[in-house]
Amino acid sequence: MTTAVSTADDHRMPDLPAAKGERCVEPTEVMRRRHAEFILHQRDETVHRGIRTQKHRFVNCIDCHVQRNAAGVWPRHTDDDHFCSVCHLYTSVAIDCFQCHADRPHEAYPGGGKSAHRSDRSRLGMSDLHLERLR
Amino acid sequence: MQNPPQDKKRRQFLQAGALAAGLTVASGVLLYSVGRAGARAADQPVSDRVRWGMLVDVNACADGCTACVEACDEEHGLTGFGRPETDAQWIRKLTVRDRVGGHTKSFPVLCQHCENPPCVDVCPTGASFKRADGIVLVDKHTCIGCRYCMMACPYKARSFIHEALSEQLPHAPRGKGTVESCTFCVHKVDRGDGATACAEACEREGHRALIFGDLNDPDSEISRRLARHGGTQIRADLGLNTGVRYQGL
Repeated sequence: MTTAVSTADDHRMPDLPAAKGERCVEPTEVMRRRHAEFILHQRDETVHRGIRTQKHRFVNCIDCHVQRNAAGVWPRHTDDDHFCSVCHLYTSVAIDCFQCHADRPHEAYPGGGKSAHRSDRSRLGMSDLHLERLR
Repeated sequence: MQNPPQDKKRRQFLQAGALAAGLTVASGVLLYSVGRAGARAADQPVSDRVRWGMLVDVNACADGCTACVEACDEEHGLTGFGRPETDAQWIRKLTVRDRVGGHTKSFPVLCQHCENPPCVDVCPTGASFKRADGIVLVDKHTCIGCRYCMMACPYKARSFIHEALSEQLPHAPRGKGTVESCTFCVHKVDRGDGATACAEACEREGHRALIFGDLNDPDSEISRRLARHGGTQIRADLGLNTGVRYQGL
């Protein structure tokens, strides 16, 4: 069964926020049915075997699909306008990915949310509370 | 998920073949270093030709300096809740004092990335595992938070996440109800950085007390320094063959 992408005047279907990229790594119909399969497979390959190919990389999904909402705010996974939540709320399928994984793209983080390279200096600036803990 | 079974005979055969090929390409020059540290393609699995390790030069480690701890916390987004007893800590500074003479030494302790890790032995779900390249990790998808591994670890290297988190970094997923510990910056290793955040921070401070590298590569700095001056393991009596070695302890 395939369903058409919703339009503004079709209130029966969830209205998906637009992604940043032009084309997804798989056709929409394939992604709609099999996205969990892809990221589950990639998950084991990455964690246990260190394989980090880009195509079905979870972080890349988030970087492209999660964009600022109409109010200019980065939606969190608990918001009903977060890319994943839109459908998962509609279908009543609870996901726990975001209990651990970042629900926002790199650009939503101060400093880019990037891992440090040799030459980098302090990027995030830790809170006073945190520095206190280190002493 | 368990580690994939390693077929030793097949691997040895392939290595012998690669060695022979190396010899035919340029006689006398082994191309054995190809495919070592950092040269792995993204679609290639890690192999046991590499074993990652760290050398801690205790004499170079400065008293009162916590640059390694801060760099680790920042790299992985380890923010505390003001509860030092339970807040996550992947690397910590210890100060030991000799009862005779009172001499003190300060040095970092982190996951020792054992060849025979007790945390992996006791894990009931296979979440604690050792990667082929020697990095000991927790697969948090499989971790049920029982904390057996924390009890089994002689180095007190693991932390349990007690609180719900919401500010995780994209490259460092972590969440409530799972155990975690030093990953040797596996995300940096996999992209070929060849250094951990703590070692980079120590270098920036000018101490160079932390040397990260491939223990299987006789030409790596860590191997050369260990060959020249030797190194000690904390609790060597346990026979764990740790990947973290100390000099001057």
